[in-house]
Amino acid sequence: MNRLACIALGLALAGFPLVGGDFYINLGSQIFIAAILAASLNLLVGYGGLVSLGHAAWIGLAAYTSAWLYLRLGFAHWITAPLALVVTTLIAGLFGWIALRATGLGFLMITLALSQVLWGTAYRWAAVTGGDNGLSGLTRPAPFGISIDAPAAFYYFSLTVAILAIWMMARFVNSPFGAALRGSRDESRRMNALGHNVWLVRWLSFVYSGFWGAVAGLLFVYYHKYIHPTALSLTSSAEVLLGVIAGGAGTVAGPIVGAAIVLLLKNYVSAYLERWNMLLGAVFVLIVIFMPDGVVPGFRRWWLRWRKQ
Amino acid sequence: MQFWIVQTLNSLALGGLLFLLAAGFSLIFGLMRIANLTHGSLFMLGAYLGVTALKLVPNLWLAALLGGLVVAAFGGLVERFILRPLAGNALGQVLVTLGISFIVADTCLIVWGGDPIPIAAPASLQRPLVVGNIAFPAYRLAVLGIAIVTAIALHLLMERTRLGAMIRAGVDDMQMARAVGIPVSRLFTTVFCLGAALAGAGGVIGGPIMSAYPGLDTDMLPLALIVVILGGVGSLLGAFVGSFITAAIYTFGSALLPDLAYVILFLPMIFVIAFRPRGLFGRKSA
Repeated sequence: MNRLACIALGLALAGFPLVGGDFYINLGSQIFIAAILAASLNLLVGYGGLVSLGHAAWIGLAAYTSAWLYLRLGFAHWITAPLALVVTTLIAGLFGWIALRATGLGFLMITLALSQVLWGTAYRWAAVTGGDNGLSGLTRPAPFGISIDAPAAFYYFSLTVAILAIWMMARFVNSPFGAALRGSRDESRRMNALGHNVWLVRWLSFVYSGFWGAVAGLLFVYYHKYIHPTALSLTSSAEVLLGVIAGGAGTVAGPIVGAAIVLLLKNYVSAYLERWNMLLGAVFVLIVIFMPDGVVPGFRRWWLRWRKQ
Repeated sequence: MQFWIVQTLNSLALGGLLFLLAAGFSLIFGLMRIANLTHGSLFMLGAYLGVTALKLVPNLWLAALLGGLVVAAFGGLVERFILRPLAGNALGQVLVTLGISFIVADTCLIVWGGDPIPIAAPASLQRPLVVGNIAFPAYRLAVLGIAIVTAIALHLLMERTRLGAMIRAGVDDMQMARAVGIPVSRLFTTVFCLGAALAGAGGVIGGPIMSAYPGLDTDMLPLALIVVILGGVGSLLGAFVGSFITAAIYTFGSALLPDLAYVILFLPMIFVIAFRPRGLFGRKSA
């Protein structure tokens, strides 16, 4: 049953560009990017119990690094991409070292403050980041000589990366290391007593999460061919977190579904009215009050109850 | 010389404003164990309410009082009806305050529009104070004075009154405070209203310096966070010292290295977190 569902889903995703219009194909690509991002934040929120409000930092760092190297130094994509990943992951190492001095709300505040520092810098340091104009004039790479400029080609490219990323992250949380991470979330003192280095487990997970955030950031900048400081804003971090929580933190499917819901909501609402922030805030409040463990666990419970009857 | 004096005064005035903002944030965090992410929005709401209040009353201080009261009432409602049902779920409470901050920001945008609205300083303070050949902006001195008076008042409130003793007890050990019969629930609402009032009034008082504009909330919130990370949670002295350190770094950073002002802000934070994770004057770690 489960395998059948997977195959059906895979066929549907692979066949979608054959039937959907460009608008929907592009929407699909954006959902894949948002899914990678949400899944990477979920490593911390869902499995590590570490709620970060600074996940947009990875999008911004990877995107700005790759854009800057491409525009100012004229590097080719095959150099900018790995460099952007390395730079972002290194900074994730530094930020993790700072933020993990605290846990709980202290961690949340520090990640928020750090990402706001980056956001402010992106606005102010116009010589490097282009300030409020952002950086434009970017191009998409051509992996193995295949152009991904067309919507459908980019769709398959981001789908491939998303499947790889989510598979890797699912393996990560199901590995013994993932078990240690979950242990550090539930019983950090016992994990310490058992000889696990809880801090190191958390830090490595933070860095790993930052790495996949950077991958999403690269896809983000390839998709838009443009980067602006709003990508680093608190709203942007909050959208990712809302996706994770709305879908169901600590499950593999939850954040993907949540990210898709947030993205669709944002696209449809923005098409009709300009009140996205208002709606984002309201959805946040409603989800926390009425569906605190998310849509996917909620539906699973409902499905199990229905099967029993 | 003029440059250094003006920038020092700027930083002292900003420090005063930050103190009005961060004192409430820190007390709420210390007592209720939640990071109130609406705090920046309360500051901005205060600034916009000040704009409207100044159309009704001619006096900035009166407008600040009105703004503070309205924002306090709003904060009280949020605490009673939205945060209270989520008691015990600190993460949920923080996420709700984040959601509310977006709603408040967007509402301000609808009501007051997207253009920055300047707020005039009181006429008597508009002319700079000239000593010798150096001019001091009088309004900034007044803001500094207000912040110091507020700090002393808060200090007396915390150290010399029954309410302050109860708040301190709640910050140090919530369960014991409950057990000895302190009405912790009422205390939460009181502190939340107090913090909101300070933030709202701070927004109005800050108006002549910063004016009211969309994005004021996200400009102020990180500064408040950094103040509390530096100074320590639940400590007035920490909020006071942290505010002036943060403001000095931010002001001189913006003046000397405008591009990297935000990066420079990050340095003291790293030092404090590395060597004293609970902040300079924190009673316990965040």
